[in-house]
Amino acid sequence: MNLLGKLSWSAIPVHQPIIMGTVACIGVIILAALAWVTAKGSWLYLWREWLTSVDHKRIGVMYLVLAMLMLVRGFADGIMMRTQQAVAAGGAQGYLPPEHFDQIFSAHGTIMIFFVAMPLVIGLMNFAVPMQLGVRDVAFPTMNSISLWLTASGVLLTNVSLAIGEFAKTGWVAYPPLSELQFSPGVGVDYYLWSLQIAGIGTLLSGVNFVTTILKLRAPGMGYMRMPVFCWTALATNLLIVAAFPVLTALFAMLLLDRYLGFHFFTVNAGGNAMMYVNLFWIWGHPEVYILALPAFGIFSEVSATFSGKPLFGYRSMVGATMAICVLSYTVWLHHFFTMGASASVNAFFGITSMLIAVPTGVKIFNWLFTMYGGRVRFTVPVLWTVGFMVTFVFGGLTGVLLALPAVDWQVHNSVFLVAHFHHVIIPSVLFGCMAGYNYWFPKAFGFKLDERWGAASFWCWFIGFHLAFMPLYVVGLMGMTRRLQHYDVLSWQPWLLAAEAGAVVILAGIVCQIVQLVVSIRAREQLRDTTGDPWNGRTLEWSTASPPPAWNFAMLPHVGEIDAFWAKKQRVHARQERSVQRREYEPIEVPKNSPTGFVTAFFAVLTGFALIWHIWWMAGVGLLGAAVTLLCFMFRVEDEVEIPAEQVALFDQSHPVEISL
Amino acid sequence: MRYSSPVLLLVSAAALSGCSEGVLDPKGPVAAAERLILFDSLGIMLAIVIPTVLATLAVAYWFRASNRRAGYQPEFAYSGRLELLVWSIPLMTVLLVGSVAWIGAYDLDPPKPIPSSAKPVMVQVASLDWKWLFVYPEEGVASVNHLTIPVGTPVSFELTSSGVMNSFFVPQLAGQIYTMAGMVTHLNLQADHSGTYRGMSANFSGEGFADMHFNVDAVTPEAFAEWVASTRSSGPVLDAQAYAALVKPSKAVAPFTYRSIAPGLFAGILSAGLQPDDGLCVGYPKSMRAER
Repeated sequence: MNLLGKLSWSAIPVHQPIIMGTVACIGVIILAALAWVTAKGSWLYLWREWLTSVDHKRIGVMYLVLAMLMLVRGFADGIMMRTQQAVAAGGAQGYLPPEHFDQIFSAHGTIMIFFVAMPLVIGLMNFAVPMQLGVRDVAFPTMNSISLWLTASGVLLTNVSLAIGEFAKTGWVAYPPLSELQFSPGVGVDYYLWSLQIAGIGTLLSGVNFVTTILKLRAPGMGYMRMPVFCWTALATNLLIVAAFPVLTALFAMLLLDRYLGFHFFTVNAGGNAMMYVNLFWIWGHPEVYILALPAFGIFSEVSATFSGKPLFGYRSMVGATMAICVLSYTVWLHHFFTMGASASVNAFFGITSMLIAVPTGVKIFNWLFTMYGGRVRFTVPVLWTVGFMVTFVFGGLTGVLLALPAVDWQVHNSVFLVAHFHHVIIPSVLFGCMAGYNYWFPKAFGFKLDERWGAASFWCWFIGFHLAFMPLYVVGLMGMTRRLQHYDVLSWQPWLLAAEAGAVVILAGIVCQIVQLVVSIRAREQLRDTTGDPWNGRTLEWSTASPPPAWNFAMLPHVGEIDAFWAKKQRVHARQERSVQRREYEPIEVPKNSPTGFVTAFFAVLTGFALIWHIWWMAGVGLLGAAVTLLCFMFRVEDEVEIPAEQVALFDQSHPVEISL
Repeated sequence: MRYSSPVLLLVSAAALSGCSEGVLDPKGPVAAAERLILFDSLGIMLAIVIPTVLATLAVAYWFRASNRRAGYQPEFAYSGRLELLVWSIPLMTVLLVGSVAWIGAYDLDPPKPIPSSAKPVMVQVASLDWKWLFVYPEEGVASVNHLTIPVGTPVSFELTSSGVMNSFFVPQLAGQIYTMAGMVTHLNLQADHSGTYRGMSANFSGEGFADMHFNVDAVTPEAFAEWVASTRSSGPVLDAQAYAALVKPSKAVAPFTYRSIAPGLFAGILSAGLQPDDGLCVGYPKSMRAER
């Protein structure tokens, strides 16, 4: 028996200089980071305060760090594709052979959706939702840490595929029969499947956690119709996660059975049917779009209300629109395959349901507009991202409705017009939204604001770069260029693709500005310091506590009597109807105890995943056993909370005075 | 952000004027009708979207914090009339565009025959790794990576695949349709003008995908008859053996023709999709599918 399964030295692509160079660079960066931590003597600090932390705020921050790192990786893939298509015209083959190019576009899609967009929105929900609800943590803090580290496991496995073996060459949707063993015998598809299975469990657990938190843990007095809109969008998103992700897990399990045990769910023969995969994939895939977009819509709602100095216009309408999107997102999946030969009635029906979802989305746009109407709009960085989103997204929505018309879809499906469309909706909504949220909540997380000028520079680079990179793709798409072409023979496409390449370079400048913004802000943190805990004149509860908030968030749980509770209280204090800070009776607070469960489970998950990819069966057994034992140890834990003495809470409160407390 | 709508307009203008190929330059009734639907719905939506974007920019600019002439209404958070308006504008738009979608989906349904006095030409299409096989069952000839059709005559396609999914797409003549192993999809199109149009696979199918394009020659019916006659007189025969050689993966195959085809070839390709050929499932007779 071969102890290492399919793994051998030939799995390392030594003959590919681009890959080896990248791997070497990443290796050097990781070694430098490890050396730096060692030199600083921070290992213990890192382990105690971060890696084993179950504090929702720190977990949120770690999700964001993960997402930002993967954004750089995903973007690198993107700009490599743009460069390849900018040069590989006529007889030229460019610098990427199909073997490598096909992996890059598959990795780009997979990473951007699962390991950038998902951690961004889940990270921001982690950070903000419990504080907005006025509570001290999520419902299951240790499970939250497991979710984070399982997501990180998926990230790790996907990136390991760069150095050992290969990644999928099937596109990020991995349609069979192409992704079946018969046509993709390598380990690429297995890397894809196991990475996403492991990360998917993490996401599902997050969904369960947040649905429970929002439904069961809210500050006294906070009825559903008093929740901030971001919490509503988080609820809708997590309901969608709970309903949609099991479909993806089951679907991938079926494909894995096909690949590992010779089943015939989606094979060409023996009764398999690939159309079932396509159906199930998009029954997950279209709700996924709204899983990503809804929290971003929530952030835009918070930002537009806060920086206009007004309540959100049409709160109930917004809640209704959010829940309408939540339900309608399950009725549209068929528009991803109008070209698969369904009957006219089916196509027409799903064309119209797909358009219907534009109604609540349109309502949201108008409501943000009326939120700014009559306000005093402060053009901070989060507002730039928000207004930038509004004027860009409506055009992305427009091309989306075009694609919902079956007769138009037949002409532009699978073309770069489609590529332009989904970047035109996902980048303005998810990425712009999360950038707004990052700039908005950063002072809450770290106690100082981010630099405004570099933030604005980043926005403008992204905004201009986005249009330059994707508007030409609409044109080339209409000219008949299909997606995923490693080279092409039509020379008239090339000028447009060169323009798109220039756009990608401008986006690169935007990313550099973001990094510079962070560095500059950290160096100038004393000037940017916010001691009030409420730097933006906020409306919701997270601004009523200190920045950064203590592990327990609130010394006393706030009592909520209306929407925008913190704002209302500030108004009453300013009108001298109420005292700003009541005399407080401090009590000891129980907070969840840190636990290595998440980190250790994830270690074993990576081991299992890697072993299964390479058919190292004994190692898979060890990994599964290790994960099971870790979870058993957690179940039989003696104590899961630590008590913060009342004096410590009082001391913190006195040393971090907030102007007004609830 | 203020550049957004000009950029889009500029781009669409450039696309409309500079484009002598692709979706915006249809050469047949199906593609022309599809372009009309594209323009109609684009027009309807731009009428809503452009004012919305302008209003957004205007409101954001006028109500900037430094503009003290703008009235501050910190309590303005609800208006029944506005709510009605904001729900009805997108709903009306969708009603309108939805009707266009409904009619288009039926009128241009790919399997629907094109009304014509001419008898349709029948073409059976199989996507192979990585080339296209076009079989003319009535003429008894076949060609690889090159499609010849008569102008002004409807062409009726039956499509399948030898293995992975592809998508048959000639943008200037009609929308695309997937090709899937073991299944038949249908597509009808017609060329109204002679010329050479670019066709391709639109659905990624693996390593040789980028070269999976072909030319469609739309020629006069007389020239088509000549082409059939000359094709019949030379080239190899497409039988089970020749098909087994052809179906082996190959890239960037130069076009060639077969002078005759074995009877039941297309049905054979189709049923091959239903028979197993991987090592995990033995016991059934091997089909005419190539082994990998």
